Amino acid sequence: MILLDWSSAAPAVGAAFAASLVEVVEAFTIVLAVATLRGWRAAAAGTASALAVLAAGVLLLGPLLERVPLDALQLPIGILLLLFGIGWLRKAALRAAGIVPLHDETAIFARESAELAARGGRRRAGLDWAAAITAFQGVLMEGIEVVFIVIAVGAARGLLVPAGLGALAACALVLIVGIAVRRPLSRVPENTLKFAVGVMLSSFGVFWTGEGIGVPWPGQDLSMLGFVLLFLAAGLAGAAAVRHPAAEAAQ
Amino acid sequence: MRRIVREIAGELVGMFVADGRLALAILAVIAAAWALVRWSGLDPRIGGAVLLAGSLGALLGGIRRAARKSP
Repeated sequence: MILLDWSSAAPAVGAAFAASLVEVVEAFTIVLAVATLRGWRAAAAGTASALAVLAAGVLLLGPLLERVPLDALQLPIGILLLLFGIGWLRKAALRAAGIVPLHDETAIFARESAELAARGGRRRAGLDWAAAITAFQGVLMEGIEVVFIVIAVGAARGLLVPAGLGALAACALVLIVGIAVRRPLSRVPENTLKFAVGVMLSSFGVFWTGEGIGVPWPGQDLSMLGFVLLFLAAGLAGAAAVRHPAAEAAQ
Repeated sequence: MRRIVREIAGELVGMFVADGRLALAILAVIAAAWALVRWSGLDPRIGGAVLLAGSLGALLGGIRRAARKSP
């Protein structure tokens, strides 16, 4: 049995879990809208097809990544993490400041339902392709982000399996809660999670990019803690500096 | 089918380049840090400091620019 060093695995597993939670909640809203309006058959067919495509992608990419030395992965993964993480953090800060509206799962559910209703009535016989494709696209798009995050936080340290387990735990949690409540999971604090994940991914990005270009970080892994604090402070300060008066009043 | 592929490709690009100027700023910071580490002969940790400070600056600049654009 391989013993896991949790002090180095925990940030990767935590980031994969939190990021996946956000993405899976978004995918669940779309699947729920399809299921409610057009039936579970189309929703299940679309979801299963998307998961099959994602699984095929992971099965193809996984063995390829295992052949690449970790040193060669650090720079490209670090650059992608910086682009992705800072993008997420910027958006979360803008949402926290009231510049961009908060992600509202109930509103998204209503919009998806209206779009599905506009595409015509439910089919009684055969597969409802339009509905199945809506579920397929929703799950695939959110799933691609989950796969990227798992690979990005896991591959550069040989932590693909623990990061994947973190993502699977998030999927299982959303599925269990979603089946129990059968409503959009609008009470999940998505923006807080996105803010936290943006901070984590940006910190991973700086760390891996630095290692990739040959920077010997003082304190090695411990320097990540400093990066997290700095990105957190920058995100909060940025949001406070541009806070919209309406958001201030709401608080 | 073509529409779906186009939308998925757009989503993939959007994952990394939601704001073109922010993405360019981040890439410029990485290039500057890399050049410092490789060619300047200075302590590589200075390149690391540039990478960290530049990334934080790009984030703050991206937030301020988006806020200025919003109505």
